[in-house]
Amino acid sequence: MSSGLYSTTAKDFDQTLDLTCIKPYGDTMNDGKVQLSFTLPVPCGDEATEAARQLMRKMGFDNPQVVFYKALADGYTFFNCYGSSVHTVDYTQIRVPKVESATWSMAETDEYIRREIGRKVVIVGASTGTDAHTVGIDAIMNMKGYAGHYGLERYDMITAINMGSQVPNEEFIQRAIAEKADALLISQTVTQKDVHVTNLVELVEMLEAEGLRSRVILVCGGPRISHELAKELGYDAGFGMNTYADDVASFVVQELKRRISND
Amino acid sequence: MTGKLSLDFTKVARARASARAIAGDVQAFVDRYTTVAVERTLCRLVGIDGVDAGQVPLPNVLVDEVKERGRLADGLLYLLGNAMIETRFSPQQLAEQVAIDTIDITAFPDHSPEAVAEAIEPFVDAGITRIRANRQRREQLIARLGEGVRPYLYVIVATGNIYEDVVQAQASARQGADIIAVIRTTGQSLLDYVPYGATTEGFGGTYATQENFRIMRRALDDAGEEVGRYIRLCNYCSGLCMPEIAAMGALERLDVMLNDALYGILFRDINMQRTLIDQYFSRTLNGFAGVIINTGEDNYLTTADAFDEAHTVLASDLINEQLALLAGLPETQMGLGHAFEIDPDMENGFLYELAQAQMTREIFPHAPLKYMPPTKFMTGNIFRGHIQNALFNAVAIWTGQGIQLLGMLTEAVHTPFMADRYLSIENAKYIFRNLRNIGDEVEFRADGIICRRAQQVLDNALSLLENVAHEGLFAALEKGIFAGVKRSKTGGKGLAGVAEKSARYTNPFIARMKND
Repeated sequence: MSSGLYSTTAKDFDQTLDLTCIKPYGDTMNDGKVQLSFTLPVPCGDEATEAARQLMRKMGFDNPQVVFYKALADGYTFFNCYGSSVHTVDYTQIRVPKVESATWSMAETDEYIRREIGRKVVIVGASTGTDAHTVGIDAIMNMKGYAGHYGLERYDMITAINMGSQVPNEEFIQRAIAEKADALLISQTVTQKDVHVTNLVELVEMLEAEGLRSRVILVCGGPRISHELAKELGYDAGFGMNTYADDVASFVVQELKRRISND
Repeated sequence: MTGKLSLDFTKVARARASARAIAGDVQAFVDRYTTVAVERTLCRLVGIDGVDAGQVPLPNVLVDEVKERGRLADGLLYLLGNAMIETRFSPQQLAEQVAIDTIDITAFPDHSPEAVAEAIEPFVDAGITRIRANRQRREQLIARLGEGVRPYLYVIVATGNIYEDVVQAQASARQGADIIAVIRTTGQSLLDYVPYGATTEGFGGTYATQENFRIMRRALDDAGEEVGRYIRLCNYCSGLCMPEIAAMGALERLDVMLNDALYGILFRDINMQRTLIDQYFSRTLNGFAGVIINTGEDNYLTTADAFDEAHTVLASDLINEQLALLAGLPETQMGLGHAFEIDPDMENGFLYELAQAQMTREIFPHAPLKYMPPTKFMTGNIFRGHIQNALFNAVAIWTGQGIQLLGMLTEAVHTPFMADRYLSIENAKYIFRNLRNIGDEVEFRADGIICRRAQQVLDNALSLLENVAHEGLFAALEKGIFAGVKRSKTGGKGLAGVAEKSARYTNPFIARMKND
């Protein structure tokens, strides 16, 4: 290439992949390369770049390199840096709980409900608490859906009730009772200082106090929700990024069928 | 020819005529000489491969021996053919015998040119047949698998280890790359031999060896089947082994080759006589093999100012075009180079880039132009760099470039990580998709900044070419008109490897390849 800057660092480390101690990959196995950018509240200068390097060493990076820095304002310096991580992770010991239902198309889910449940499934959803964002619950429930996945309102065999945003937990529960909901969907999109966790836990506690918890399938979703977190908080399932209405609908009807069969 | 820039095409024709005169002058010189690299290339084309006990490639063993005995001027094909008549050995067997000092191919009595030609002909045929078969194989694969839409997305791999390069190259193909270039290790262009075998140690790149070519070709063929798109392989036939690497690429079905004598003269201080002679045969080979060449004009702008010196790029493109035509390389295989290198702090810099790219497109309508990304003003601020690359991609799709050498946000930091390549491919695809037909929709004001800029660059290129035509290319290079670099006709590396051809000299490949 035309510019002369080549990586000429020796590559004298073990380059075999070992899943018990994996490292980041730049262009060579186990090179550990990580790209970082951050701002330090100090004036731009040699002391600032040295501070950035020292910080990176404390973060666990060998060969910390500041490749770009710029004064952002008096007393603030922005950095782009590279380093090689000394830390590793044992990939073989990782266990991530996942929603185990099979994902079906809308037609398959409708057909399954007709055949196995024999009535419409009622699902009530809302973005609860302080969260004013409806993008998550709309993506799952609205007729149009999201990214080519139709929402629950379009399903023939689902009665989908979308209560919108900033719905207090009390109001949400009242509606669930009134509609005889089979499943409740709670969306939490943008939250600050982990308020979504407090809010999600409060709902579970209120449902338990009313004796309703075991009578509904309780599902939460949002970009910062994982299935693991949802289970910890007392939900039946959690849906994070890159999941759609068909994932949610498939889970709800399969879980509902399982509960009906066990009754 | 109508265009968007109101260019005066009579000026283009005049500029081209000057470039033709310059190239013709160079060719008159080139025709009289051969070089050690050309002779090693001929050895390879008649099937000589392998190394001796000291790991010296057999073509070097043979050519060095002939040169030492003062017979380089006769050419290897004459000497081999003559020795074959006496010994009944094949070229490979002769090379092996020379390597163990049991034969001196310069010591046999001279046979007639006809007898020598007849002896060597089956081996010439075999070389021609193998390269033709590769070209046909490429055409068949493209017909069956299809190929990317232009501009082709071109990325580099440069790990130093051919096996790691394979991992990166296949990942890039899956992400959407159309051309994978394996960057050579630092300093390979100055080696007067081509290393042998698979290599895993290189700095800033991987050795170009015939075995490495084979390994990567196979990997990209596999990736092409998987993604349903022919993936082109690119390497570098520049430096002291220019034609040899062209031959190896032709034998192993490489698709794209960096191939520019002026680059080697200016940036690697290779002797201008040596490398212009080498370039001629390498381009004949590339032309016959169906290889798209890339020329290196973009590099001028990394040392000279991209705004002030834009006309030197156009002038050089025109000279390169004429030199390529003389070597039998068709316009459709000319990846003439230019670059997006105007200082990002310049007001209306994007408009000037657009003007220059559109001008290059209109002057070379059939060439798969190679467009190079910003490098000079890439600072390590990867976020700004990614946006500079976005503007570069916008110009490319707008002006119908042929080969888009994707800019990396980490240019000036390190050779690309796998993730850097992914981000650059995503950047290009996003912009190409969203702006696909903008060039069909938007016209430029006849008296506007863009048209006036293009006309000015053409005017300057025309006057430069008329001057160079008057002085000759060698003198122009001595004066430093390209990239601000001055080189002397007898300076630089490799002049000792040049010899004037004797009356016995023969190279049937040139005529066979150019007339195929």
